[in-house]
Amino acid sequence: MNNIALEAEKVVKRYANHLALNEVSISVPKQSIFGLLGPNGAGKTSLIRIINQITAPDKGIVRLNGEPLNQNHSELIGYLPEERGLYKKMKVGEQALYLAQLKGVDKTEAQHRLKQWFERFEIAGWWNRKVEELSKGMQQKIQFIITVIHEPQLLIFDEPFSGFDPVNVNLLKAEILRLRNQGATILFSTHNMESVEELCDHIALINSGEKILDGTVEEIKRGYRSHTFELQLANLHDSAQAILPDGFRLLDEKTNSFGETLLRIQSQQVVEPNDVLAALLPKASIIGFKEVLPSMNDIFIKLVQQQKNSGTRSTTPHE
Amino acid sequence: MNKTLLILQREYLTRVRKKSFIVMTFLGPLLMAALMVVPVILATVQDVGKKNVAILDETGWFTGKFESTENILFSEVEGSLADNKKKVNDGLFDALLYIPLPEFNVPANAELISAKQASPTVKSLARNIIKTEIENRKLLAAGIDPQVIRESKTTVNIVSIRLDETGSETKSYDEVKIALGFISAIVVYFFIFLFGSQVMRGVIEEKTNRIIEVMVSSVKPFQLMMGKITGIALVGLTQFLLWVALTFLLYGVFTFAFDDSLQPSAVQGSLMQQSIDVTPTETQMMVSEIHDIISTINFPLILFSFAFYFLGGYLLYAALFAAIGSAVDNEADTQQFMLPVSLPLILGFVVSNFVTNNPDGPLALWLSLIPFTSPIIMMVRLPFGVPYHELILSIGLLISGFILTTWLAAKIYRTGILMYGKKITYGELWKWIRYK
Repeated sequence: MNNIALEAEKVVKRYANHLALNEVSISVPKQSIFGLLGPNGAGKTSLIRIINQITAPDKGIVRLNGEPLNQNHSELIGYLPEERGLYKKMKVGEQALYLAQLKGVDKTEAQHRLKQWFERFEIAGWWNRKVEELSKGMQQKIQFIITVIHEPQLLIFDEPFSGFDPVNVNLLKAEILRLRNQGATILFSTHNMESVEELCDHIALINSGEKILDGTVEEIKRGYRSHTFELQLANLHDSAQAILPDGFRLLDEKTNSFGETLLRIQSQQVVEPNDVLAALLPKASIIGFKEVLPSMNDIFIKLVQQQKNSGTRSTTPHE
Repeated sequence: MNKTLLILQREYLTRVRKKSFIVMTFLGPLLMAALMVVPVILATVQDVGKKNVAILDETGWFTGKFESTENILFSEVEGSLADNKKKVNDGLFDALLYIPLPEFNVPANAELISAKQASPTVKSLARNIIKTEIENRKLLAAGIDPQVIRESKTTVNIVSIRLDETGSETKSYDEVKIALGFISAIVVYFFIFLFGSQVMRGVIEEKTNRIIEVMVSSVKPFQLMMGKITGIALVGLTQFLLWVALTFLLYGVFTFAFDDSLQPSAVQGSLMQQSIDVTPTETQMMVSEIHDIISTINFPLILFSFAFYFLGGYLLYAALFAAIGSAVDNEADTQQFMLPVSLPLILGFVVSNFVTNNPDGPLALWLSLIPFTSPIIMMVRLPFGVPYHELILSIGLLISGFILTTWLAAKIYRTGILMYGKKITYGELWKWIRYK
């Protein structure tokens, strides 16, 4: 059985004088959280708009549940655009009802669901207030509810955390995870790498209209190992240089308040953590040992810079 | 429920519930009623109080010629001009009419001196009396009896009769037809502009609010555009019908309440936009004429055509206004596109004046066929009678016209609504139209 919720295949989108998407393919497994990463202007929003059928691709195909996109699919997708917006002069409740009905939810059903959501977000008192009377953060909450009110299979969030205060960011993260656990598939674009590591199962990195990286967060991080280790040593009498295993260099040396030495070392070659440990054991008393995996942020910056400098494009996560 | 219908419903309800809609609905008929009623009131209360006018006649030709009227009391005075001027200043007279000794025996100038602005009634009365007297004198000097001239004057009344294809004759009442054509043309013109620009503002609002992306992820841009256009059309129709109903209501209440104080002739007179001083027999004639007129004009046809051109013209332009709204980021940027769109409409409005002079001429014919001007020009022509084949052609062209503009507008619209921060040129629009 096909386990893919959304699949884009070699999607090309060309605007007047630039190529927004160049044969970009992604596939989003069912009930996963998929992060679409990339710097500003990379083509994330172009891809999202194509998935939402707001624009059509010049080439390539997008399938939802294995079917090429069609008009009926709009009711299966919930979309939170990067630029949020509501009718300012309209009352909150009325507006939410209207937009829910446009997504094919029956009026009484929509009313029922909205009531539940408003209670969960503790905003029941806002029903009859005009949108323009609410603060930006309040409007974002309303917009989030509107995005999910029709209980779509696929949720697309474009920069969902921008504009929320930390309390609401946490609320939102919890809601996203809850929706995923209830069976929804989630695609979101962001350049907030912290949230990527926290939430995403899969990611794709897009830069200048091309996909340059794709995979699960774990795979990618492993793929970008820099063979860097953190050591916490007690009673180090020798110099730090003296205990370095072959092929390693010292990145950083610190002493903490207990008189322990904290080292960061990096190997020039591929090396297994156990071998490093074995080499160190005779020379020092080890309190702590950990391989440092690069953060998504580091990978992101590194790849984007690399592509900018060389102009070469790699789609495999190897150095 | 159908999504276009949902959009239509929202567009309609949010607008008719606005305060400005309700205010306009009541203000409109009040203004209309005021327009009809105020002249009547003014006519009845005009010039109260008598004017005291002194005449200082140095020629002596006009002794006894100035007859006092209901409102103006003439009195002949002696003495120097300076003395009498002083009396005017002291308030003894309201005005002093000074007729100086003539040069070369022909008095050409007289002076009306008053402390306040001289009343035009006094002035024209005095001018007529002096003129008649001098003319009589000249005629006598030439050996002609003024009585002969007076008797030779004749009034000719020409009734224009229109011969139609079947050979039956109808009296044509051009003034009424011009008025009818004009009024319906003006209504169509303002409706298109008022509600067309509402469509444009609505589109800009959705764009600047950034709700557009949520909307087009739920419905097709075309559905959104058509829902908006038809919703606003219904708002306009509602407002128009309310105006008509309220105007008649107010007018009815007014005429009922003031029935005693107002002469029916005065009311009739103002209705016909004629002078107030009509005699009872003339009033009767006019009433019968109105009946005549009503029977000569094909009202069902005009009503049908009015409804058609009213809506057809609106649909044609509203689509273009929607396209303009989608192409810009804010209302200030609409100028460059507004001009070419509103130009044919304004042209139609301006030219309608000439069309009434020659409702069957080539200019009238062509402009009543071209969809961009036909809603106005055809309404002007209709009361004069338009051959059915021309009417049908014009209707057909207008229908294809608005299908075409809607199709073009939809292409611009679906691209434009997602464009921000870009100065749009005509070349750009053309590119959007050609996108597949």
